[in-house]
Amino acid sequence: MMFIDPHIHMCSRTTYDYLVMREYGIVAVIEPAFWLGQPRTNAGTFKDYFSSLVGWERFRASQFGIQHYCTIGLNPKEANNEALAAEVIELLPLYACKEGVVAIGEIGYDDMTEAEDKYFCQQLELAKELDMLVLIHTPHRNKKAGAIRSMERCIEYGLDPSQVIIDHNNEETVEEVLGRGFWAAFTIYPQTKMGNARMVEVVRKYGCDRIIVDSSADWGISDPLAVPKTAQLMLDRGIPEEHVRAVCYENALAAYSQTGQMKASDWLNPQSVDQRQLFSGNSVLRGQEPGIKSASDYVLIE
Amino acid sequence: MSKVNKLLHHWLLKSVSEKAFAWLEQKQAQIASGAAERVFFTAFSAVPRYLGKEDLQLIFQDLEAAQDLIPGWYPVNWSVDQAGRTLLLLTLPHDDAQGYVGLLDRVFSTADMGELVALYQSLPLLPHPELHHHRAAEGIRSNMSNVFQAIALRNPYPANYLDNAAWNQMVLKVVFVGSPLHLIWGLDRRANPELARMLVDYAHERWAAKRSVTPELWRSVGRFADSAIITDLEKVLVNGDIHEQEAAALACADSPLPQAQALLSHYPDLQSSIQQGNLTWSSFSHKLVGSREWGVGRMREQGEQGKQGKN
Repeated sequence: MMFIDPHIHMCSRTTYDYLVMREYGIVAVIEPAFWLGQPRTNAGTFKDYFSSLVGWERFRASQFGIQHYCTIGLNPKEANNEALAAEVIELLPLYACKEGVVAIGEIGYDDMTEAEDKYFCQQLELAKELDMLVLIHTPHRNKKAGAIRSMERCIEYGLDPSQVIIDHNNEETVEEVLGRGFWAAFTIYPQTKMGNARMVEVVRKYGCDRIIVDSSADWGISDPLAVPKTAQLMLDRGIPEEHVRAVCYENALAAYSQTGQMKASDWLNPQSVDQRQLFSGNSVLRGQEPGIKSASDYVLIE
Repeated sequence: MSKVNKLLHHWLLKSVSEKAFAWLEQKQAQIASGAAERVFFTAFSAVPRYLGKEDLQLIFQDLEAAQDLIPGWYPVNWSVDQAGRTLLLLTLPHDDAQGYVGLLDRVFSTADMGELVALYQSLPLLPHPELHHHRAAEGIRSNMSNVFQAIALRNPYPANYLDNAAWNQMVLKVVFVGSPLHLIWGLDRRANPELARMLVDYAHERWAAKRSVTPELWRSVGRFADSAIITDLEKVLVNGDIHEQEAAALACADSPLPQAQALLSHYPDLQSSIQQGNLTWSSFSHKLVGSREWGVGRMREQGEQGKQGKN
């Protein structure tokens, strides 16, 4: 089975992760712009971060047989530094229309402050202006209220629920989100968000329509194989295969392909994309052959 | 409209839909009349969304026309989005050199891989070429093969504007990443003793690690061979496969030293092939890589038959 991990922070992950993810069937990832574990103090570091999402990280993934897409936005945590936030908002038009950018995101609320609200709304306006999708980060604390307020804001700014993916849902938010016609994404992340046994029961109860599974793997104790492992658990526990395929692959593709920036042919027929410049198929990583090698370990290093 | 603009226009007209072409012309008109920077930035990014990413439909005469305008410009692998982005770049007002370079810096510094390829490929076509050599040297430091190759291969900019230090790094890196050297425009013209030393050192490193080196490497070495290097060439002639032997023989033929000629005379077959013009660096490279594998058409790279063109 092929998988998409539609929310994973690859800049915190190793090349070895890419190899293993590919072995487990992950063909495409979406990397939402977020924070780096500590707050940034300059707009320049945001610029370089955005550049790496559309540049180096996209290239690095492609070297290991994984298609990489991203979302661009100012995350709610760092929206609280207002002077910085205003400068970052100015940068967004430089990145929003680049290839492989599938949404404005992840945006929304963290502490639900006024500053967060202000920059959230400005970015919803930009998404509306550029006719883009939006990826919403729902807060760790006060999640249900944050999710509801996020959805209300999206409607207020003229976005259709079909253009908005609400992420980090749980049993408490899922009915509100699905009921209002939004996409409901679930993050399988140890200890803090969803566990995958709970995820199996969510799919059993609500079916597979508009539900999406992701890992949000980052610099914390997280699992870049959360999507394929959850798929396996669903199959083991009697969820029909077509439902598993929907929540671990098809729905993410359906949601994000609305942009025209992500299509199955990107990974089913990658030859058509970049071969014209790969004179020798050689990468500049370290003078090594790129491509998919087995992740099995060798003692012999040549 | 400049001749380069006309040519790109003509090619795109053949390769994209009317609707896509109209979008591009509209953006060009806005940019030419001094629209806000944001118009240029978003249009530059959005080109593939409107024009697609197919190859340009170029025929032999098109490539000839490119060569005649700018020797070394060989857009055989260009795609429509790259041509479209280049046209937008050429549309930017550029009378104020400093302002123009400043804007380019912002585009470069926020560019994704596809944009970087288009930007570096277009360097030989842009106004104020003497102001872009630092940028070109920066492109050579790229970790992305497509970006690196866009500046290093089939591009006359480096040979015309890079200083020796940057040039030598570029050639060495082409060898290091396994790209074909004969696709570097001006390779023979820019050969220099320091580069020869660097390449020979690299060969020694590879040999020590029991790894092979591309025989194309000897092309930039022969003219500057000293007796130590001639000893290396002898090693290659004795132990190498046929490609390596041919390259070492060609390198000997390039050397003015009697010692090199004496060495070559021990290999009369190779010597006579070279003397009769059957074995040249050009024929060697084509045989080595197989023209189909590299997508190489008829190359006129190394100044052997290059014409003086008019910009």
